[in-house]
Amino acid sequence: MDAMPKWADVILIPVISILLAAILSALVILAIGENPWAALKLMVSGALGSTYGWGYTIYYATNFIFTGLAVAIAAQAKMFNIGGEGQALLGGLGVAIICLYIPWPHWTIALLGAALGAALFGAAWAAIPAFLQAKRGSHIVITTIMFNFIAAALLNYFLIGALKAPGMEPATAKFPEPTHLPSFQDMFNFGETTFFRGAPANVTFFVAIAACVFVWALVWRTRLGYEIRSFGESETAAKYAGINPTKIIMVTMLISGALAGMMAINNVQGEAERLVLNAAEGAGFIGIAVALMGRNHPFGVLLAALLFGFLYQGGAELALWTSIPRELIIVIQALVILFTGALDNMVRMPLARLFLSLRRA
Amino acid sequence: MDLATLLQMLDATLRLATPLLLACLAGLYSERAGIFDIGLEGKMLAAAFLSAAIASVTGNVWLGLVAGIGASMALSLIHGLASITFRGNQLISGVAINFLAAGLTVVVAQSWFSQGGRTPQLSGDARFEPITLPFAEQLREVPFLGPIYYELISGHTILVYLALLLVPVTWWVLYRTRFGLRLRAVGENPAAVDTAGVSVVGLRFAAVAICGVLCGIAGAYLATALQAGFTKDMSAGRGYIALAALIFAKWRPWYALSSCILFGFLQAMALRSDVVEEVIGFALNGQLLDVLPFILVVVLTGFVGKATGPKAGGQAYVKER
Repeated sequence: MDAMPKWADVILIPVISILLAAILSALVILAIGENPWAALKLMVSGALGSTYGWGYTIYYATNFIFTGLAVAIAAQAKMFNIGGEGQALLGGLGVAIICLYIPWPHWTIALLGAALGAALFGAAWAAIPAFLQAKRGSHIVITTIMFNFIAAALLNYFLIGALKAPGMEPATAKFPEPTHLPSFQDMFNFGETTFFRGAPANVTFFVAIAACVFVWALVWRTRLGYEIRSFGESETAAKYAGINPTKIIMVTMLISGALAGMMAINNVQGEAERLVLNAAEGAGFIGIAVALMGRNHPFGVLLAALLFGFLYQGGAELALWTSIPRELIIVIQALVILFTGALDNMVRMPLARLFLSLRRA
Repeated sequence: MDLATLLQMLDATLRLATPLLLACLAGLYSERAGIFDIGLEGKMLAAAFLSAAIASVTGNVWLGLVAGIGASMALSLIHGLASITFRGNQLISGVAINFLAAGLTVVVAQSWFSQGGRTPQLSGDARFEPITLPFAEQLREVPFLGPIYYELISGHTILVYLALLLVPVTWWVLYRTRFGLRLRAVGENPAAVDTAGVSVVGLRFAAVAICGVLCGIAGAYLATALQAGFTKDMSAGRGYIALAALIFAKWRPWYALSSCILFGFLQAMALRSDVVEEVIGFALNGQLLDVLPFILVVVLTGFVGKATGPKAGGQAYVKER
């Protein structure tokens, strides 16, 4: 690893990995008889060509920032939290309960309350896998996967039961007016010119940015963050230094679950303004790709989340105007995970050799 | 509940347990060799799609099966490349494979058949037909045993019998052959195997390949025997249930059979909620029954007991220290 300068590790490798993923995606588009270049142009104009497109891109990115940070902070302690999806679903449950049953006077306080509820529910859903990992040796990846399924069932149970609004749909009632968050359209409305008209991006985006700063400060500027990183580097060394592994596993996973849960203030409170089935729509899994691409650093996560926001909105436009189905995004997501995560060494090893020979020369 | 209903339930149990069992044994080979595989789901899905696609185009289910195995093997190869050759994270590779399959199957199905991400309905020779075992018709009238033989044991597709047969075969391979001994050793202590002059990489690739074949059969069974054609996300979490069954079975073949039958029975219960309600007196939530395998595994192997996998599981083998 030392064979390479830092910039190569942080920038060059991710860029090469993403290029590989992009080339393969282009080949897939070519193979199903469409033009990759035209597809890219359509994606760019659909996602970035108008403030409406930007409004969607930023809305999706907000979701992915939360879930990406959740995966990233767990990864700092060398844990793989694959349960962001379930934690985000449970966060939605928390938001729904808080918005429906507490009479909030104003959206600012409602946002605080809902964020707290989302974080608590998400953290609670991560707590059991964390406990089992720390105390009982159950593998956290397996338990968090299973908890995704259990969360979906639980949500279903509430949405056809206790929380169901009258009507056919398995969904809660619309949240009351004072809990509605201001959208970008409300915020950037200058008389005759309205930006972001009809797009779901809302004030939660700024909460997400704050969460990035929070995670950065926590991981690199506090004692706890130092302990988390030490634990991630070497569990035995951390133990020797007096760091309590149970505490680190629990605290890291609780923060991770809370972050994933907080995604719900964007999609449940901000956009849908009610809780529906499968509210997280896979954003929890995209967090994995986002964290891998962002090298588990909050700034990287922010950039990667914006890229995936673009892919999501662009992909929706593609599905609308061409015969390329929306599932193409899942393929791209898979390729990004494959190249930036699993096949990292495939890119890294030849590059390291190259840098080594350059240094010797 | 009368005998006929019970037999129907058990019959459904066997049919639903088969894909779980095949995937569970697939995972068993891979994980016993030290390669975690959470990509069982994706491999099954890819195999389900390609088997249904080829079977529908050629009208021959056996060609479909071969194609399904091919699709699953291709993903296995990626997994092997990532986790053995390039020593990447096996879990991340598995996640990538699951998404790759979930996305590609729909994209390709839409491009080939334009039916909203599904294949055409299969019929006739493009599907595996139930086999009536010898004397099933004649013995049907024998009290008690006759209906059991006719309803429960006879009348399944060949893949069901194959899956059941693979349990003793797997046991024999793992515990009675040299290959099996080495395979288990490479999952516990690869360095020792290496010292003995046996290729760790070769053994692990062999295990991953066997896993690919079995997942391929499991996927083909889903699309060409259990159902008649591929639909989007038709594996429906079965790969993960198989993983749960594998942990429940503590990575042993006969226990894998019993846990898969248990989980198959739970799925059969979810399908026949009317019967369940009649027997226990109140309605069970179908969603709850669907995730009961996961809850059982979390409670029984997490809180109550303990399930420890192969020691070297999840770690890439690095020769030089």
